[in-house]
Amino acid sequence: MNDIPLQFRDPNLARSLAATLARLVGDLGRPAAVMHVCGSHEQAIAKFGLRSLFPKALDVIMGPGCPVCVTDVPEVDEGVLIAAQGARIATFGDMLKVPGTVRSLADAQALGAKIDIIYSPKQAVDLARKTTEEVVLFATGFETTAVATAAVILDNPPPNFSVLSAHKYIPPVMEIVAEMPGSRIEGFLAAGHAATITGSAVFEEFVERHGVPVVIAGFEPNDILAGLVELVELIRAGTPRVVNMFPRCVTREGNLAAQQQLWRVFRSTGGRWRGIAHVPNGNLRLRDEFAHVDARRRFPIDLSSLWDYAPPALAGQCICGDIMAGIRNPRDCRLFNRECVPENPVGACMVSNEGTCKIWHLYGGVPDLEASA
Amino acid sequence: MREFTATVDFWGVRKDVRLDIVDEPVAPGDYILNHVGFAIRRIPPESVAETLALYETLLEGDDTDLMTGDVRAEIAGTS
Repeated sequence: MNDIPLQFRDPNLARSLAATLARLVGDLGRPAAVMHVCGSHEQAIAKFGLRSLFPKALDVIMGPGCPVCVTDVPEVDEGVLIAAQGARIATFGDMLKVPGTVRSLADAQALGAKIDIIYSPKQAVDLARKTTEEVVLFATGFETTAVATAAVILDNPPPNFSVLSAHKYIPPVMEIVAEMPGSRIEGFLAAGHAATITGSAVFEEFVERHGVPVVIAGFEPNDILAGLVELVELIRAGTPRVVNMFPRCVTREGNLAAQQQLWRVFRSTGGRWRGIAHVPNGNLRLRDEFAHVDARRRFPIDLSSLWDYAPPALAGQCICGDIMAGIRNPRDCRLFNRECVPENPVGACMVSNEGTCKIWHLYGGVPDLEASA
Repeated sequence: MREFTATVDFWGVRKDVRLDIVDEPVAPGDYILNHVGFAIRRIPPESVAETLALYETLLEGDDTDLMTGDVRAEIAGTS
């Protein structure tokens, strides 16, 4: 039993899958572009060097799959303003350097704000139980993480605990990307974690509407390679449909208990995703029934106090939005690895561990093996 | 294991994981899918073999092989 997880990293299987992928793309006889919508996919692709195995004619683009990167400026501002009122902000480490209008949470911390880095929403509740101070969970992440936030809200948190929800919902943004003018995307690799919650059926209407295939894949190297093989096969055959390549975790209907908790606590509403667009139904906000744990109702937040400040000049050159939309890559950015580095990020793509620029900075993006041979 | 939490081994690192939203009951020795400290899926052992078998079918080659075609159609039908 113990070696089961290793089979999903087996190098021989990986080589065979890569060879199959190369053959299929060759059969296609033309370049093709596909998009994944998950930072964890990009991380696995970069960490295990999978891009060097992808055929040159297959462009695997990272879409808007990094929840921290798409957290919009006003959402960061809300966190900064709540922190300024003396509440403890509990949030994921990636969030600290995300630029707001004037300040990031890291800037606020340097000025004395109390920021606690957590790994799980349950740690924010544990923190609230140990203190009488107000503790605000600044909650980011897609539906998979929102489910965990919903679970702690439904588990009788202490009265000094509240939630500032910046949670986002992936299916609507796939519509936006699919409808972008000039989109070259011929297929989507959907995230296994999110689909574990939502089920594969959530993508069926999408496929019908846009005529592009969706393949659900896991996060081990061989999961991703197998997912791409299936996706290219569907493109070649011209038979768009939803295929679940992660059956050990994803079912057609998903995790119903988790969905029930998610939609009991949250409702979806339109809102901006940083660098992408206004996404109808793309934001998850607390329902009225949970107003007592909603930080937006507990704290006075006046964002207009920040609007007199001009954005920093470098930010104007950042192409993070185009990168998240899959139109350009970090090499197209004149700031990448020069003015913009993880220690001093300009855009959100360099801030987050799931941001394309941070990942390419760490792992080298697309290694050109032929040039270095 | 306690009522709502379980200790999980992640490639040698042990952590406590909440069981509030897992899809079905878990027992010691099970594999789970973890997300931010919450189990979101008990991974049935037989489904691991199923996934690996699925990958093997991809390798078996081209559409001129009728049996491979049938297997593919079957997989697609369960999507």
